[in-house]
Amino acid sequence: MLLDALTLQLGYNATLVTVGAALLGVASGVTGTFLYLRKRALVSDAISHATLPGVGLAFIVMVLLGGDGRSLPVLLLGAAMSSWVGLLCVNLLSQRTRLSEDAAIGAVLSVFFGFGIVLLTVIQTMGSGRAAGLESFLLGATAGMLFNDAMVIAIGGALTLLAVVILRRPMTLLAFDPEYAAARGLNVQRMDLAIMALAMAVTVIGLKIVGLILIVAMLIIPPVTARFWTDRTDHMTLIAGVAGGAAAWIGASLSAIAPALPTGPIIVLVSFALFALSLLLAPNRGLLAVGLRHNRFQRRVHLRQGLLALAQGQPIYEAYTLRILRRAGLAHADGVPTDTGRARAAKALLDEKRWETVRQDQAFESAAALYDGLRDIETVLTADQIAEIDHRIGGPKEVTP
Amino acid sequence: MSGAEFVPLSLTPMLIGVLSAIACALPGNFLLLRKQALIGDAISHVVLPGIVTAFLLTGVVAALPMMIGAAGAAVVAVVMIEAVRRLGNIEPGAAMGLTFTTLFAGGVLLLEQSDTSGVHLDVEHALYGNLESLIWLDATGWGSLLDASALLGLPPELGRVAIALIGVAVFLWLFWRPLVLSTFDENFARTMGAPTTVLGIALVLVSALAAVAAFDAVGSIIVIAMFICPPAAARLMTNRLEHQIAWSVAFATLSAVLGYVLAGYAPLWFGFEYAVSAAGMIATVSGLILAAAAFCGPCRLRSGASTVSF
Amino acid sequence: MSVSLAANEGVAPSSSSVSDSPLAIRGMTVSYGQKPVVFSVDMTVAEGAMTAIIGPNGAGKSTLLKAALGIVSPLAGRATVFGKPLKAARHRIAYVPQRASVDWDFPTRVIDVVLMGLSRELGLLRRIRPYHMDKAYACLERVGMTEFAERQIGQLSGGQQQRVFLARALAQNADLYLLDEPFAGVDAATEKAIIDVLKALRSEGKTVVAVHHDLTTVPTYFDRVFLINTRKVAEGTVAEAFTPDTLHKTYGGRLATGQIDQLELAAG
Repeated sequence: MLLDALTLQLGYNATLVTVGAALLGVASGVTGTFLYLRKRALVSDAISHATLPGVGLAFIVMVLLGGDGRSLPVLLLGAAMSSWVGLLCVNLLSQRTRLSEDAAIGAVLSVFFGFGIVLLTVIQTMGSGRAAGLESFLLGATAGMLFNDAMVIAIGGALTLLAVVILRRPMTLLAFDPEYAAARGLNVQRMDLAIMALAMAVTVIGLKIVGLILIVAMLIIPPVTARFWTDRTDHMTLIAGVAGGAAAWIGASLSAIAPALPTGPIIVLVSFALFALSLLLAPNRGLLAVGLRHNRFQRRVHLRQGLLALAQGQPIYEAYTLRILRRAGLAHADGVPTDTGRARAAKALLDEKRWETVRQDQAFESAAALYDGLRDIETVLTADQIAEIDHRIGGPKEVTP
Repeated sequence: MSGAEFVPLSLTPMLIGVLSAIACALPGNFLLLRKQALIGDAISHVVLPGIVTAFLLTGVVAALPMMIGAAGAAVVAVVMIEAVRRLGNIEPGAAMGLTFTTLFAGGVLLLEQSDTSGVHLDVEHALYGNLESLIWLDATGWGSLLDASALLGLPPELGRVAIALIGVAVFLWLFWRPLVLSTFDENFARTMGAPTTVLGIALVLVSALAAVAAFDAVGSIIVIAMFICPPAAARLMTNRLEHQIAWSVAFATLSAVLGYVLAGYAPLWFGFEYAVSAAGMIATVSGLILAAAAFCGPCRLRSGASTVSF
Repeated sequence: MSVSLAANEGVAPSSSSVSDSPLAIRGMTVSYGQKPVVFSVDMTVAEGAMTAIIGPNGAGKSTLLKAALGIVSPLAGRATVFGKPLKAARHRIAYVPQRASVDWDFPTRVIDVVLMGLSRELGLLRRIRPYHMDKAYACLERVGMTEFAERQIGQLSGGQQQRVFLARALAQNADLYLLDEPFAGVDAATEKAIIDVLKALRSEGKTVVAVHHDLTTVPTYFDRVFLINTRKVAEGTVAEAFTPDTLHKTYGGRLATGQIDQLELAAG
């Protein structure tokens, strides 16, 4: 069954929704990356909550004009308009008053959402059952969706993705280095606005699938996931797009076979699962890798400090340092060095002295920049260079224990 | 309106609204100054999974286990945000967004998967709350305030919100100095031996307590709005923290009372039969107050450009 | 051992012994990520003297102070204050953080910031009595800021903010004053006011340690220097340790020989 859903065997509507969701997932992952790099990830929270009054107002207007109020394109247009107003309010509050952006975001999202709820209750009083469909905007629901609506989502997802692809170069430039981008003649303000407009498009089209409370996750989680795998902006964009697309594809498929499960939460949880895997296992920034590296690093620092203390005949203050020295067979329990310990200590001290010379000489500047107090000097300098330095500090004296 | 109508039908919801609003606005002042305004947002999102988990574990809809569940969820959320931020070196806003959407999604899914029919646990309830239904049926008029047997029939939410407010107020009163110190200058506070990390966590826990008590009665919209809007508007009115707290309490009270009244009566003025969501209206009013403060608050501009000096 | 490489050649041991030094740091290593910012540093601050911590940008000057104060946690090493562990001697330390480390938009007044220096005395709930206020005003007086007592802190200039921070430290009535770049970005009048206060503290027998940037003023302001570039380069009196040789070792290629010659003249 799940296989059927994943391979799009579940009927026309479900297929359209899954494809639309996946396209949207890619678009949101990519757009979210730029939001993340501009450090404005949570602006999307304000944008999404601010769609609710627009949906309500669009519905009311349609009913007052004699329609039944359920035309998805019109509802989405309303959503886009009110979220744009919300975005303007965030900018006004954070730029024209002393409030910080996070306070502005929180204020806008709660007030717009509250007002949206007021409108929903107004709609409930306008006639029985009419507003039933609107609640699905909160958490998303794709079950029993009309063909036209599925079409709107699929086309919307495709168009948003297309816009992202077209704008990716200037956006990457902006995210990577705003000043350089400005110097290159890019209108930074307009580009920022374009990123926001894309985030808004993702939000509005995603409303029906994921719902307004959780659409934020599609813009935030994939970029954070991607961040673990790379340090390069362009790679991050790609990985985030893939992660977002995969999460949406799998989530929408799962929801297609189990209509009781709301689509939004499932997509979010799949997305989170991808994130959790990355957090743990990513090769360079993942927890396992970082933890192992930190332990190793701490051991190296203590080892080196211990050796230097031994070389200079100073007492060893920390139990951990002594333990490491003992385990490496470099010192006895009472802090007295072994023969190997003495030799290694002398070498460490000699290296320190060599480094000191290296750092005073501009000719070695690039090597000096690499100095972290731990490296063996042989890994950075050639034998000839070391010989020259030794000559300067009075030649390598014979190390005899 | 006569006491015979007002006391049983409007007094308790209004009181609960006011107490919840103040309980959230008080710690909100510190969250705002610590640039953690959105912690309130995150907390109110994760209250739902906390409550659902508590229900699934205990099988009953009772106040205490739910409050414990919600407070637990708040702690989980804060730990998770910090973990993602530090371990993954992720920007705080993104860490927060990732955490609360995931926990909220988990809560919704748990709710849909478990048999909670017959229990009033649903997403909409969690959002809108249930302020209008918190009436005091035993009351007959103002005199009931002195009638012991009628007082026993007060909605239990009132007592819970009052206790939460007292808890918040006592916490702030007791730890005022170290809180202010560590909010203004954390490094300096540490050199004085103030337990800044513990204080930060305690502030979040106290906020969670307020959020949970208020959530039970009024839903999460008010909670988020009250954490942020009254303190933000208050910050634009004054440059002294003590005064800011007072303003925020006044704004929270005004939002709750005005919002409740408008929700109940304004639709009638327009010829509608039914009232609109009180929770939504209270949030809306708090937003209007903030807008007014942003346009003409005496201290609305950043330092150096202030129009009034105190 | 036949390797003859003295750790601090040419630098005499500091005057006070390790055990009761106002601040003694041993084997301190602090790293951000995988790069040590401070590596295996020993420092012994001399009592009753003014010591400047000097080194290029990113050399770990502020980090060393913060690690000694327990604000950042070191990877290795420890610090003692007047011979006791930090926790037992906090009341003898006053700290002046970098001005830029706080949000000056915070809704509070100058006098309230100075009163923060009395936190230990006031405890959680003790009321602020007139003599607490007198104390706070006296500290403001010492830095020449009395007339600004009721001002909102955001309305102050950079120099005035720095003076308020110093007044707060004075209110702590400590024996050891640790200042992180007290002269960064302040006007000449403030610099003079601050150095006067610090010299007055020294004459009262207090110990002053400051992270300092401006090499030209070192000989006139300070008695002792501590040169650091991730590792300790030299420590001692200005005459002993503030020499072209140690400066060259500290700054490497970043300080032109001409500059050092000029400093020599200033010091001469």
